[in-house]
Amino acid sequence: MTQMNRLTGGLIDQSKPLNFSFDGTSYKGFAGDTLASALLANGVRLMGRSFKYHRPRGVVTAGSEEPNALVELRSGGRQEPNTRATVAELYDGFEANSQNRWPSLKHDMLAINDRFSNFLTAGFYYKTFMWPKAFWEKIYEPIIRNAAGLGSLTGEGDPDLYDKGFLHCDVLIIGAGPAGLMAALTAGRAGAQVVLADEDFRMGGRLNAETHHLGDMPGAEWAATAVAELASMDNVRLMTRSTVFGAYDHGVYGVLERVADHIATPAAGKPRQILWRVYSKRAILCAGSTERSIAFENNDRPGVMMAGAVRAYANRWAATPDQNIAIFTNNDDGHRTAADLIAKGVNVPAVIDIRPDAPKVVGAELLAGAQVIGSKGRLGLTEVTLRLASGEMRSISCGALAVSGGWNPNVHLTCHQRGRPKWNDALAAFVPGDDLPMGMTVAGAALGDLSTHGALAGGAKAAVAALGDLGMTAGIPILPKADDTPVKLTPFWHVAGKGRAWLDLQNDVTVKDVKLAHQENFVSVEHLKRYTTLGMATDQGKTSNMGALAVMAEMTGKSIPETGTTIFRPPYTPVSMGAMAGRAVGKEFHPTRLTPSHKWAAEQGAEFVEVGNWLRAQWFPRTGEDHWRQSVDREVTQTRNSVGICDVTTLGKIDVQGADAAEFLNKIYANAFAKLPVGKVRYGLMLREDGIAADDGTAARLAEDHFVVTTTTANAVTVYRNMEFARQCLWPDLDVQLISTTEAWAQYAVAGPNARKLLQKVVDAEFDLSNEAFPFMACGEITVCGGTRARLFRISFSGELAYEIAVPTRYGDGLIRALMAAGKEFDVTPYGTEALGVMRIEKGHAAGNELNGTTTALNLGLGRMVSTKKDCIGNVLSKRDGMNTEDALRLVGVRPVDAKDPVPAGSHLMAVTGPVDAGHDQGYVTSAAYSPTLGTAIGLAFVKGGAARMGERLRLANPLEGSEVLVEIVSAHFVDPEGEKLRG
Amino acid sequence: MIINHPLLGPRDAQEFTYLGDATLINRPYWLSENALRDFHDYLHLRDNPAGEHRELWFHEQGDRSWLVVTRNTVTHKISSVELACDVARANGRSTGREEAQVA
Repeated sequence: MTQMNRLTGGLIDQSKPLNFSFDGTSYKGFAGDTLASALLANGVRLMGRSFKYHRPRGVVTAGSEEPNALVELRSGGRQEPNTRATVAELYDGFEANSQNRWPSLKHDMLAINDRFSNFLTAGFYYKTFMWPKAFWEKIYEPIIRNAAGLGSLTGEGDPDLYDKGFLHCDVLIIGAGPAGLMAALTAGRAGAQVVLADEDFRMGGRLNAETHHLGDMPGAEWAATAVAELASMDNVRLMTRSTVFGAYDHGVYGVLERVADHIATPAAGKPRQILWRVYSKRAILCAGSTERSIAFENNDRPGVMMAGAVRAYANRWAATPDQNIAIFTNNDDGHRTAADLIAKGVNVPAVIDIRPDAPKVVGAELLAGAQVIGSKGRLGLTEVTLRLASGEMRSISCGALAVSGGWNPNVHLTCHQRGRPKWNDALAAFVPGDDLPMGMTVAGAALGDLSTHGALAGGAKAAVAALGDLGMTAGIPILPKADDTPVKLTPFWHVAGKGRAWLDLQNDVTVKDVKLAHQENFVSVEHLKRYTTLGMATDQGKTSNMGALAVMAEMTGKSIPETGTTIFRPPYTPVSMGAMAGRAVGKEFHPTRLTPSHKWAAEQGAEFVEVGNWLRAQWFPRTGEDHWRQSVDREVTQTRNSVGICDVTTLGKIDVQGADAAEFLNKIYANAFAKLPVGKVRYGLMLREDGIAADDGTAARLAEDHFVVTTTTANAVTVYRNMEFARQCLWPDLDVQLISTTEAWAQYAVAGPNARKLLQKVVDAEFDLSNEAFPFMACGEITVCGGTRARLFRISFSGELAYEIAVPTRYGDGLIRALMAAGKEFDVTPYGTEALGVMRIEKGHAAGNELNGTTTALNLGLGRMVSTKKDCIGNVLSKRDGMNTEDALRLVGVRPVDAKDPVPAGSHLMAVTGPVDAGHDQGYVTSAAYSPTLGTAIGLAFVKGGAARMGERLRLANPLEGSEVLVEIVSAHFVDPEGEKLRG
Repeated sequence: MIINHPLLGPRDAQEFTYLGDATLINRPYWLSENALRDFHDYLHLRDNPAGEHRELWFHEQGDRSWLVVTRNTVTHKISSVELACDVARANGRSTGREEAQVA
């Protein structure tokens, strides 16, 4: 197909043709085209369907504010919905499809919505789907969900990489139009570290879309020269295809750089997009302005476009939507479009200016004081109807209408810290308010300086001021001579009439909808926005908010500034989830922490389980074991009968040193530590300040002024944080220092009757491990394997004769291999977290399930540990009456009366007969396991009045799964209640 | 946000963990006559100002200092950053041994 609407010239390379397809049809464009400009050049105006009514729509703008021409790009894993055709750069083989239509763009079944538009007005969801109530879930919601949304995804994984980057600069300049380029030149020449970011792939902003001259150069050429100078400066970073999408606190900006969106696939190893976090000392917002429309009946037909956009397509892209284009304007800027089109050889049948005193037009008929009152053409504009100044009607045949209602400064980023724009009467537009984000100034059209000269001067001035703030000196450069015509405009928002006149094209909000909202008493603009969904589409109402505000103001009889305005929030344009995630996807979603024995455990075929970020061995299957319970039961039995080894490195370890170390531990543990002798370990319970149990562990005293504290794996970080809080904020003069050594030491539990015999083969001979020399709860610094530094703690979580042995992490792999080799004669088994859990339940030790954030020391049966003789975190509030009642929950064991029954964890305890409900709840099971030692399922439970109820029968109720099990209350210490084994 | 650490200079707020109102430094004396009431108020009653707020931040991904940051909760403007241990000392906290004497 020929490019019937391609003009001459432009900033595209007509010597480089590119093939692309839209909805399966092949076309040709040129290097430098966007999808929108190439489609227009090929005579395609219909590019999409609207969200609600499925009305045929074409491209309206030439930039990122585009509300209509949203398309799906690419296919497979790279398929990307809702991309604006105006920013999609063409490359050879480019593939795009329209969306939100079925079966095709020209014949869309859901266009029937348009026939029912009277029922689908503002608030129709709230009014229509209220009754009957039962219809909501089964009928209304599925239908709405099916109809909702625009583009689609394939569900395949995105094959591309996304990166994150960090930049620091003196001045971030947002937008590379005349203001931004001049600001960058000024700051760059003065030696400042400058980042200049622009969303476009070609810097220059409107200079590329206009025919103005700067000095003796065309605007685009001047821009290219400025960019070349900036590129030669080492202190300036130029970022094209980079949208500054958010202004965050303290000069931090979010920037999305589309590194490879303009090519078919990223180069090998290169990211598709980079999400930059820019730390700026000052920022100058030179984001330009956005043209606004004038609403009239059926103003949404393909071919009705913004006048500035039509001009941009003609001048920059040498493309035109049609060979006959009428102009509809309320200001002088619309006349520029007429002049530029005529210069390019496009026929302009009429310039329709609402102003009776409109300036003269050369080369086209001027209809001053006339208004466009309607349009024709189902899939594209064919004709507009006018009411002339005289009141007569007239029709004009045209394939496009270029509309200009004036220009709105792009204040979006000034609002990201809740700054409110203020009204400027001369421009009839909102301009940036006084409460800008910290360090931000605004220049050029974004500030309301709508002339080229105003932009150049404003940019230079803003750069000088920003550098002055930073103690740098910059001179105002000599500015090229440029257009400085003041804006002449008569505010005009919509043509009166009965038909539907569109304000928000993307969300299908009409003038009538705003009027209806007013009738229904929505008086605040915020409510208007939510009720009508105006401005809530992906474009955040860049082209529509002002028009709706004006209609609202008109209805209420107030001025626009009195009516108020909504503000904008990040992102300025949509940011893909892939860029937000960066490299943190899949396996890299969070860091993976491996224990020192991981490599060895993997060699043994261990099954691993995620514990926070850690991977821990869960069990070690042996040949012939095809169910996890077989492995776990064997590991428990082998440990209890001989010896087992478990990696317990993940437990938090905190080194506490200083003359006041013992006094400090007294304050953070509920029980006393001051009198713990050197060479001894003590179990410790930490409370929260509200008296609830927080964490438990051990503290080993290696010297008068040196303790090693352990925490649970889950709470290692918070315990350390809380200890630092106590040290720095509560008792800052105690002589004590803390450091986390969790990752510095590899630590293994060696448990079972043969634990001592095994260790004696590894621990160097001069260390006496006999029960007399190294009894239960002893600790000490030793050496192993001929001089390797180690620590030994005689503590037991399993209830067996047990030790924990620690070596510097780099020896962890060596130690597990040495221990396993030494244990061979005892048939040693490694055991994982499952067997660890079974043995601690058999022994009645509390863990995370019991220290669950609701339980007290009393509940845990540790009430007497809370010292009354000293202060500690949580001491006072643990004495609250409500937490110390006679029938408080107590930790007990439960055993099924029928040994074959299970003990479902989480079940609640009820009387043997009677109702099963919250009112009769007597407690609940926190941990449960099959005990190979006892040959039955067992559980730990909290029961009201616990200890006094030994032997009592209760019912374990699990109403969710409909199971009930008769159990007996027993001691939580199922195995070796006297503790003879661990002291042996 | 950027927090100007008194020892390390400006650092990104992402390096920090937020705790809350800096009055948490002023932990009551455990044996005072109204200890239960005092601890209740200390733990649960907070001002929630729209404006200047002194609050505790922990430089968890950094040097592990607790800081008292004075931040405007409306604008996020930070007007001062102090080491929490200095603030605690200025508030009369020391080793805990002094509490019994004061009481």
